[in-house]
Amino acid sequence: MSDTAVGLEDRSDLRRTGAGSEGSTLRDPAQSAMREPTAASTVVVRRRGRDLAPQRRRQLGGVSGGVYNLLGGATTGLCVAMLLFGRIAPFSGLIGFVIVAYVVFLAAYAVLVSLGDTSEVVRDRVISIVLYTLATLTFAALVFVIAYTLWGGRRALVHLNFFTQDLLKGQAPLAPLTVGGIKHAIVGTLWMITLSLIITVPLALMAAVYLNEVGGRFARFVRTIVEAMTALPSVVAGLFIFATWILVLGREKSALAASLALSVMMLPIIIRAADVVLRLVPGNLREASAALGAPEWRTVWHVVLPTARSGLATAVILGTARGIGETSPVLLTAGYTAALNTDPVHGPMVSLPLAVFNLVRTGVPSLQVRGFAAAAFLLLLVLALFIVARVIGGRGPGNLSKRQERRIRRASARDANRIIARYDREQAAVAARATREGAQ
Amino acid sequence: MDVRPDEPEAIEGGATPGRPRPAVRGLGDRVFRLVVRAGGMAVLVITGAVGIFLTARALDALRVAGLKFITTQAWQPDAHRFGIAAVLTGSVFIALVAISVATPLALGTALFISEIAPARVKRTLISMVDLMAAVPSVVYGLWGLSFFQSHSIGVARWLATWFSWIPIFKVTGADPTNPLASRSVYTASTFIAGIVVALMIMPIQCSVMREVFSQAPAGEREGAFALGATRWGMIRSVVLPFGRGGIIGGTMLALGRGLGETIAVYLIISPLFRINIHILQTGSISVSSLIALRYSDSSALGISALFAAGLALFILTLIINFTASTIVAHSRSGAQSDV
Repeated sequence: MSDTAVGLEDRSDLRRTGAGSEGSTLRDPAQSAMREPTAASTVVVRRRGRDLAPQRRRQLGGVSGGVYNLLGGATTGLCVAMLLFGRIAPFSGLIGFVIVAYVVFLAAYAVLVSLGDTSEVVRDRVISIVLYTLATLTFAALVFVIAYTLWGGRRALVHLNFFTQDLLKGQAPLAPLTVGGIKHAIVGTLWMITLSLIITVPLALMAAVYLNEVGGRFARFVRTIVEAMTALPSVVAGLFIFATWILVLGREKSALAASLALSVMMLPIIIRAADVVLRLVPGNLREASAALGAPEWRTVWHVVLPTARSGLATAVILGTARGIGETSPVLLTAGYTAALNTDPVHGPMVSLPLAVFNLVRTGVPSLQVRGFAAAAFLLLLVLALFIVARVIGGRGPGNLSKRQERRIRRASARDANRIIARYDREQAAVAARATREGAQ
Repeated sequence: MDVRPDEPEAIEGGATPGRPRPAVRGLGDRVFRLVVRAGGMAVLVITGAVGIFLTARALDALRVAGLKFITTQAWQPDAHRFGIAAVLTGSVFIALVAISVATPLALGTALFISEIAPARVKRTLISMVDLMAAVPSVVYGLWGLSFFQSHSIGVARWLATWFSWIPIFKVTGADPTNPLASRSVYTASTFIAGIVVALMIMPIQCSVMREVFSQAPAGEREGAFALGATRWGMIRSVVLPFGRGGIIGGTMLALGRGLGETIAVYLIISPLFRINIHILQTGSISVSSLIALRYSDSSALGISALFAAGLALFILTLIINFTASTIVAHSRSGAQSDV
């Protein structure tokens, strides 16, 4: 509504100024209403007197223009907060101090900006500061959580035995940190994640290919069910395996049971991610392949999957990172042990997050340090997986790295040489036949 | 895709040229379709089995409890007195606290990344948010238990002292006038658990929002600037209206995730099977921590009861997730994005 109003107003304004100036397109409003063809020429809008002065370029966003305002605001905020907390009001506490200082800072900054600018600009500056603050808070929280975990586990992490021994001897509350480690949990995590990847990856890839390449009403039904299952809380996935595999079928708690529970949880996540990646493969690649006469399976195997390779790898790696860090399904299905167990089918086995959970729950300081160290190791593992995913992935389908491009170029040159060689051979044969026939 | 070039009779004797020809598949394709369809079926069977088993076992308990399952607060399955009134509301309270803390942070961070951050740090910041989503929940739980819990008491006490006239901030048994009063009434509360969960769900929310904000059309942004808008004016009139679907959808998705959080909540709260609307006060419970707490020492009926609670949570999450994806898909920005 308001847009049209502004538009009309502008036009009438234009007409008014145009009527006064020579060479304007709109000489007479009545004429223009009759839509006569007019000669194309420039409309010069005459400005009112005070607008004629050259205008300073206004800064539309950011805070860089007012470093002094920022400094002034910050000083005011700090001083007022110190005065309030130290002299005037009975306030105490660091968090309160920071909040009071921040609020006063914002107000003082707004006042300072408003001295030279319109209210629109004041609002922009204040909001910019708030956005900076919120983003800083978020990233500070992340860095702090990671650093806190590493710091908490530093005393155990420096001993090599932490990675090469199990916890049997380290369980005692007074055992020194030079005895005992988390080898059993590392082995457990490796077993569990390997088994669940063996189960999930082929199934997830087949399902994702089915959803995208075959399609149909049934595929849409499968997709809906898979989307629904991403809502399944992970602890319920664990409870499902606990009730079926352990209670009904009577199997013991083991790494296999835990990896089944992890698979139930990871399967929908990986299928969904792979489905999204496969959907991004351009349709004309498939059509080109089909036009060359390739059957469907060759199209999928040689065109669709290689195109989406990096995205699929990212989907699997991020799913793995989710699975490695998940505690609750493992808690219900793997049992707990402090001893090293390398048999995934028999006997309880513990994973890294579960070990962290159990160590921290004890409340014993020495065991809590070990818990922190195990959490730090887990965190580093996830971080490594994450970096691998970033290096492999992060590219859309069809965007190749330098190396891949070189390889494809080499293969293509090889093909060209092969074709040329064959053509030369055939030409030579034709020429030979011609000379033979000519001789006859 | 369905048209094969090697169909001579279809090409030569095509009486009706416009009619689509039936696809003739080679053996390889038939095998391929069979295998792939088997994969799809297997996934359907597995996920379907979970759903059906969950419902079937839950029905055993529901038959015992009847309609009282919704209104009972206690959890004593062997005495046939159990219900989700306390546990489900506990889950919802924790998730709501988490959402109300996480939403401003996520919105601010998403706007910062998409609108303010210089292009060269943008990718790093996006990676950091994704990393935050991948940090194991037990690490957040550890942080909440050993650091945040003891450092948040001051905030909790301040809120309880000055805002106790709002029912949710009231703490019974606390005496703000007594400087030596026990501080333990403020620990292990919904508030602390909610804030730890907020850290976990914030990155999901943030990445959905950022994705949607970055799709706001450049033409409209430039149009706003050309009309003299400041950066915030542009954000308010172009980016936020464009991304409204993403904001709501991302928040609901995060809410669904927060409802199912187990380990961090388990580590922090002390179980209390009563509806506790005083979020600052000790004692709370959630469905998932209830399952982790009671699975091992439960009878057959107890397990069924846990399944019933899990089913209730699952249905709630399902409704929230589907609503979220519908909102995102029907919003202006949702046409291309996959949430």
